[in-house]
Amino acid sequence: MAGAGRERDITEILVGFARTLRSAGVDATPDRVQAMLRAAGALGVADRESAYWAGRLTLCGEPDDIPTYDAAFAAYFTDAPALPPKPQIPAPTVRRPTILFAPRPAGGGAGSDDREETTVASMASDTEVLRYRDIAVLSAAERDEVRRMLSLLAPGAAPRRTRRLQPAARGPVDPRGTVRRMLRQAGEPTRLARRRRRAKPRRLVLLLDVSGSMAPYADALLRFGHAAVRRRPTLTEAFTVGTRLTRVTRALRHRDPDVALGAVSRTIPDWHGGTRLADSVKAFLDRWGRRGTARGAIVVICSDGWERGDPAELAEQVAHLARLAHRLVWVNPHRGKPGYAPLAGGMAAVLPYLDDFVAGHSLASFEELVGVVSRA
Amino acid sequence: MISADTTATPRRPTSAADLASALSDVEYLADDGLATAGYLALRLGRPLFLEGDAGVGKTAFAQALAQATGAHFVRLQCYEGLDAAQALYDWDFTRQILHLRTVEAAAHAAGERPDAAKLEASLYDRRFLIARPLLEALENTPSVLLVDEIDRADDEFEAFLLEVLSEAAISIPELGRVVAAEPPLTVLTSNRTREVHDALKRRCLYHWVEHPSFDREVAILRRRLPDITERLASDVASAIRRMRELDLIKPPGVAESLDWANALATLGARALDPDLAAATLGAVLKYREDAERVRSTDIADLLGA
Repeated sequence: MAGAGRERDITEILVGFARTLRSAGVDATPDRVQAMLRAAGALGVADRESAYWAGRLTLCGEPDDIPTYDAAFAAYFTDAPALPPKPQIPAPTVRRPTILFAPRPAGGGAGSDDREETTVASMASDTEVLRYRDIAVLSAAERDEVRRMLSLLAPGAAPRRTRRLQPAARGPVDPRGTVRRMLRQAGEPTRLARRRRRAKPRRLVLLLDVSGSMAPYADALLRFGHAAVRRRPTLTEAFTVGTRLTRVTRALRHRDPDVALGAVSRTIPDWHGGTRLADSVKAFLDRWGRRGTARGAIVVICSDGWERGDPAELAEQVAHLARLAHRLVWVNPHRGKPGYAPLAGGMAAVLPYLDDFVAGHSLASFEELVGVVSRA
Repeated sequence: MISADTTATPRRPTSAADLASALSDVEYLADDGLATAGYLALRLGRPLFLEGDAGVGKTAFAQALAQATGAHFVRLQCYEGLDAAQALYDWDFTRQILHLRTVEAAAHAAGERPDAAKLEASLYDRRFLIARPLLEALENTPSVLLVDEIDRADDEFEAFLLEVLSEAAISIPELGRVVAAEPPLTVLTSNRTREVHDALKRRCLYHWVEHPSFDREVAILRRRLPDITERLASDVASAIRRMRELDLIKPPGVAESLDWANALATLGARALDPDLAAATLGAVLKYREDAERVRSTDIADLLGA
């Protein structure tokens, strides 16, 4: 009797822990929780150590989950009053998609032009005009329209030929297919079967700058990222760069753009912070790029190139990235503005390594980017 | 020394610690996390999904697991374009044709007419079937199936693998269903070049394999290279440890420290000194930038003199 009671207690404790973990951001789905309970049963959870491993091996799914798990475990299973588990965790239910929406600085902030400020659109603008307007200076209604149109973009990537073969009308002879045909005719010679190498789209990697100087464009960039991830979920990777690298592919997978962006805002710790591009690109290369994510892929960096650090260091990292990638595209919102020249330190330093340098300030420029990526 | 009886009865570990000691008998020193992961995979019959830096011993773990439990080891190396015929089974068409022609010729010589239905049935005999890794793992149980670098295969293949793993069975249309007497213990590894589907990960136990601690690394070196001196093992382990803190492009893994210690021992070293280290750095560091960075920091400092 007492044993059964104790068992239920342990189950309750573990399920409670899973709930805590879920609110901390680890995707502890019900089937994972069941697996944890089974694992706990197999290990005979008598001590902290087994409980730790039973949970970690079943609830975590990627390396980024592990620090969160460790923190949640320590908070939940330690009686230290200094660390109450609840307040530590960001409230998950409050969805704030508008947090991404950089409020326009009153009275024309850095970068915004006074000339453009005067053309205030009072009604829904004509779509054609809207396409060419700078995203940073739109009214709320226009922005909604641009968002809607951004979600309709379908950035794909140009195909490359794979090693996989598929039946074709012409091409090299397929011995197996030919023999199969022959067998069907009791071994009599027949028409030759042929096959050819199949084409497959290249991987698309997006590095989106969400630092303070890019704030007016961050929302549009992430929506573009969402459209790309939704189009090819397994062939697209999206990261945000700023002071640190954050992978947002998972968050962007959600069907609804607003929900996805809400998830992104909860994932990114360095929202509207400074820029240390060189470090972020290096982090990407170390953790993802060199292992293969960037190899042969089309890599798109969306940033204004305002590097706080040493431009030479940024150039070194970008050169490395250019060697790995099939094509390196840089999107700079300022490029579309009259009088802009890529002379600032970071941008000038990386220019020699880029395959394409495109603007990213308006809907039309995003459409152009889609074209560049799918032709690359 | 080679273990005396290789045909020992399969060993069933009774706890994580028991598995750790069985692994240690076959010269693999697993830490608590990895031993627990292996034990749970055996107990719960779940695949084990391993990730970690290159050279931390993910593949070696699967091999050691097979050896320690007395199971048959099967490896499926994934690559792009890998398809079911290369992973599962394939019909040996050349031999089938040869068989067909032989029967035809024999019948002709004897003045008989071959029975078409019988002939066709004989073409799909087990002896014309080539077992690829997955079928091999299901047929020769108990087995440890290593699916190496699953991230390199296409995602269609992942979905296919999911089906085979969850059923522990393969249907061969011409022959029938092959069901494993005991589902193979599957170890999947990934280098994270792309995201593996949640559906696959959810069915697995997940473990991130860390670099070993200093003491464990010394122990691994001593175990795997019994001829090196204790001094050399600890010198190598501490130098490697410092290199991992240097923010290199490719931080050295256990595989590299074994290579390095082996190279040094081959040169007759009993301890590590700056000259020897500089001369053999190529065994550890595989990028020019990394070698430069290590040389620019004082090598003597690296050795913790």
